[in-house]
This record gives sequence, C-alpha cells and structure tokens, in this order.
Amino acid sequence: MNAPPPAGGWGTHAVSVRYGRRLALDQVTFRVLPGQVSAVVGGDGAGRTTLLRILSGAIGAGGGMVMRPPRIQTGYLAAGSGTYPDLTVAENLAFRAAAYRIPAAVAGPRIQAYLDRAGLLAARDRLAGRLSGGMRQKLGVIAAMLHEPALLVLDEPTTGVDPVSRADLWSLITQAAAAGAAVVFATSYLDEAERAAHVLVLAEGRELAAGSPEQIVAAMPGRVVAAATRPPGPAGMRSWRRDGRWRVWMPDGAGDVPGGGAELVQPDLQDAVTVAILAREPGASPAPATSGTATSGTATSGTATGKEG
Amino acid sequence: MDENAPLAECLSVSRRFGGFTAVDGVDLRLGRGEVVGLLGANGAGKTTLIRMLLGLLPATAGQVRLFGGPPSRQARRRVGYVPQTLGLYDDLTAAENLAFSAAVFGRGAQAPLPGWLHGYRRVLVGDLPLGIQRRVAFAEALGHGPDLLILDEPTSGVDPLARARLWETIADAARAGAGVLVTTHYMDEAGECGRLVIMAAGRVVAAGTAAQITGDTRVSVVDTGTWAAAFAALEAAGLPVALAGRTLRVPGASPAAVRQALGPVDARVTEAPATLEERFFQLTAAGARVGRPDPVRKEAG
Repeated sequence: MNAPPPAGGWGTHAVSVRYGRRLALDQVTFRVLPGQVSAVVGGDGAGRTTLLRILSGAIGAGGGMVMRPPRIQTGYLAAGSGTYPDLTVAENLAFRAAAYRIPAAVAGPRIQAYLDRAGLLAARDRLAGRLSGGMRQKLGVIAAMLHEPALLVLDEPTTGVDPVSRADLWSLITQAAAAGAAVVFATSYLDEAERAAHVLVLAEGRELAAGSPEQIVAAMPGRVVAAATRPPGPAGMRSWRRDGRWRVWMPDGAGDVPGGGAELVQPDLQDAVTVAILAREPGASPAPATSGTATSGTATSGTATGKEG
Repeated sequence: MDENAPLAECLSVSRRFGGFTAVDGVDLRLGRGEVVGLLGANGAGKTTLIRMLLGLLPATAGQVRLFGGPPSRQARRRVGYVPQTLGLYDDLTAAENLAFSAAVFGRGAQAPLPGWLHGYRRVLVGDLPLGIQRRVAFAEALGHGPDLLILDEPTSGVDPLARARLWETIADAARAGAGVLVTTHYMDEAGECGRLVIMAAGRVVAAGTAAQITGDTRVSVVDTGTWAAAFAALEAAGLPVALAGRTLRVPGASPAAVRQALGPVDARVTEAPATLEERFFQLTAAGARVGRPDPVRKEAG
C-alpha cells in the first residue's frame, strides 16, 4: 500500500544543492501532484537531473525541504540508462519484479500488458543492449513503473527518441498518471512539456518560470511579434528563428518593432520559455535592467554555464 | 556544373542487408539553398540513406549522385557533415578540433576563433556544455565552406534559444547557397525546413511542406473533468489516445466513434486540425510497428 502524499503533493521547497563551488540548485520549489504529469524543462546544466535525483532520493539536499515517498514507492529512470544491456527485455523486467517483490502472478500479466502498450512484445527475448534507443527507453520506463510507484521520476525519457517511440512512452506515462501516480519527467522538448499539467523551467539551477503551460504563457512579460526578417538594432538582439521566420520579443516599454511588417503572435510555451531565457542574456532587456521572468521575478545574473552534475 | 542541377540525388535507391531491406526504392533531390528535413522513426532508413549519400555505403540498387557524379572522396570534400555523436575529439580544445579539421581539409591558414568561443579557450571539448559542443561541431562542418551540409539530429538536448541559434546558422548556410539535409525527431523544427521527406520502413511515405503533409487531417479532442476515466475507456476500445494537458487527443477516430467508446463518461468531444506529429504518427506508426511498408508511397523530389 502506498503512503498518501502530503496535502501539497510530493516535491521540494526552497531546495539548494551545491557541488563544490557550484550551486547546482538555488532555492527551487516544485510540487508534483498524484494523478498528474509534471515536466521539468531546461537546457544542459540547468539543474534538471539534480532536482530529479533529489525527488527520487538518490541524493540529499543541502538546504530546504523535500517531500517524497519512501524509496520503495518511488520509480526512477536515470538519464540514458536504467536497463541491463546483457539481459533480455523479459529478464530485465523479471529481475526488477523480483527486486521489488512483486508476486509472479501479478508481475506476469502486468509485464505482458506494459510490453504490449509499448510495442515491445516482439522484442521480449532480445538483449537490452541490442535494442534501438527508443526501445531501450521504453524498457527503462516500464522497469521504473513496474511496481506501480506513488512517485514516478523519469529523467529525459524521450531525448533522441523518435516520434513513434515518443508516442508509446507518452502512453506509458499517461497510464501511470491515470492510475494515480505523481509523474515527473525532464525534457528539452517544449511541445512535450506543453502536454503536462504543471511545468517548471530551470536555468542554471534557478526557477525561470513555473505553473501550467497556460499560466507560464500568460505571465510572459511584453509581447512577441513575428517578422519576415531579423529587425535591426536592439530588437535584433531579442529575436530568434522559428518556423522559417523571426520571432521578436518586445518587452513592455520597448515601443514598436523597427522596420514594420511585424505581426503580433499568440505566444505558446516555446515562445514564453525562449523569452524567459532571453531576458537573462546581457543586452537583451531594455535599460534599466528590470528583466522580468515569467513568475517569481528571480534576479538575473550572468554566471558561467557549467555541466550538469 | 549547372546552377539548377541537384547537389545530391537518389534515383530509386535501395540498400539490403542480407534479407533485410533498409532502404527501399527512395527518390530524393536536394538543390542549392534548399533545407530538406528527413523525418522518420528509428529504423526507417534515414541513417542508411545518409551513409549512401556520403559514399560510406554502396547502394544495392539504384543510383546515388553527389554533385552530378558518384559520391567519391573528391565529392566528399564539398560536404559538411555533423553526425549525431558530433564527431569531435573530447580531449582536445575547440580551437584544436577546428585546427585539426582545417588541416584535414587542406586549409593552411586558420580562421580566427569565433567570438562566442573566447570564454572557452582553454576548456576541453568534453567539458563544454552540450549547446557549445554543438556550435563547435557546426563551425567545424562549415569551416571549409561546403556546398552540401548533412546534419543528423543537430539540436538534440539543447534549450529552445540555443536551438533557434543553431537554426540561424543552418539558414545562413542555405542563404549562401548550400543545400542542407537535416534529420530531426523534433517536429517543431519541421517549420524551418522548406521541404520534408518522411520515411517509414525504408520507403518515402510522404513529401512536401509541413502544411501539405498535414493537409486536412483532423483529430478528435476529448474535454472532460475525469480524464483518467476517459483515457481508460478509450484505451479499452483500442483507440490511440494521447494526453494533452487535461484534454485527450485521438487521431484517426471520428468524434462519433470516440463518443461511443467513451460510454457513460461525461465528456465533450470536438474536432481539431491534426498536428504534424499526429499526421506523422499516422503515416509511419503502422508501417514501423509491424515492419511492413506503408502502402502509400509518394515521390520525394
């Protein structure tokens, strides 16, 4: 029987983690609710892996509070691993079932159903080391959710995975949430994050934005316009390519887009997150530097990017 | 060579490995200044096709032409290639990697280090952030001014702004006249490609702009306060259902069929245009899953 989560769900409150001199996480608060899929997004070195490792219980926090179920009720898939390459698909899952003491009568049909859902039935006797990247990730997710954990933590389950396998993975993740698990996954694909109920955007260990995708978009400071060419001057610094055209972020008070021909667009999560990242870049915000971020107005700083620890 | 002649061309190209056909009668044309996106599930044949274009693997049948001739070593000098694994030496600095590549391509004088690399002058490539590593790999591939760029999943794992910056580089190369063939698993990037070629089980199953490929395909959208119950009901009915926020999307099933599958579940069912990803899934999933080619086949070039 799984322990009930605290009223606010699982998660972290003002958690910080330091690796040597580098602050990998800085006062990060994140809630993960049962029956809901939550996403953590950010680039390389943003702190996603550190946050997920804390939630899974793999490492402790240097400061702040962590609410998580006992490890036996947690399922964790680390980035790029989670399976034994020299065991077959079926052996990997049988081993996992035994480790979590799932009775054979329960494990057998459950494994069958998960493999079917993931399109892996035909590969059950193949060595995990001989699976394609997408198939291996599906096996890893199945292994992590086999004991029906209360909290399912998946680190980049879909990075480099083709869209067909991504759809299978998304189906597995949805099933876990539908069965009541709190599911959290890290991703660099924003169209995927847009399908989550709650999203946390991290950059260099800090919260850049948080909320439902709609809330993050609504909290975006200023406007986004689309133009055929990159505008000259400071607006050019706030531009990026999208769909073969240029998106330009116009912070409040930035005036009109120079050059004309620009049209206002309804921003989506990808635009809002790009704006949040852009707002931290030196020179992108109009003076004085009141670079607003999507939610908490976290102070910006130009610290050097480090590798994810 | 004629300005309008294709830079790279595949004419009914096939490649078999024993009894397995990895690429099956593919036609493809890539011209100057074109950015063509090659999409497909793993095992669809994209990498095999790229290896044939690069002359690393001979075709079993059909003809592969690079700059009007066979993909010889001489022709390859005009190609810039960024493999999935980036192909950089982890234990050299970025400048050393760029200098090595310049020497291999016979360019004696080294171009000055790009400004964005100055902060990383003494850092080994293996210790650079992934986004910077990708920019280094791009700089290396572009260093000899190639006429053809082949990029295998060039933006995997980087944040959206870094991804947009990489696409800026790709677009600049195309504007300068290079042809670009790029594979990606990220459907949002399809909008950066002038043309898309979708492969499944070794064949081209669709080609054209994103809008042409998506066409008027529609999906059913289920709005409900009890998504978990709706999900279970649709799953039980064998429908392909995907969660999107608090709504469910069901490609390939009419609202009436979805309504019926929902049974007593309280929900509002409407229709919406399919996304490219949903269309892609319809085009490729059936073929890729059971390993048989999709019956629909279109010309790619």
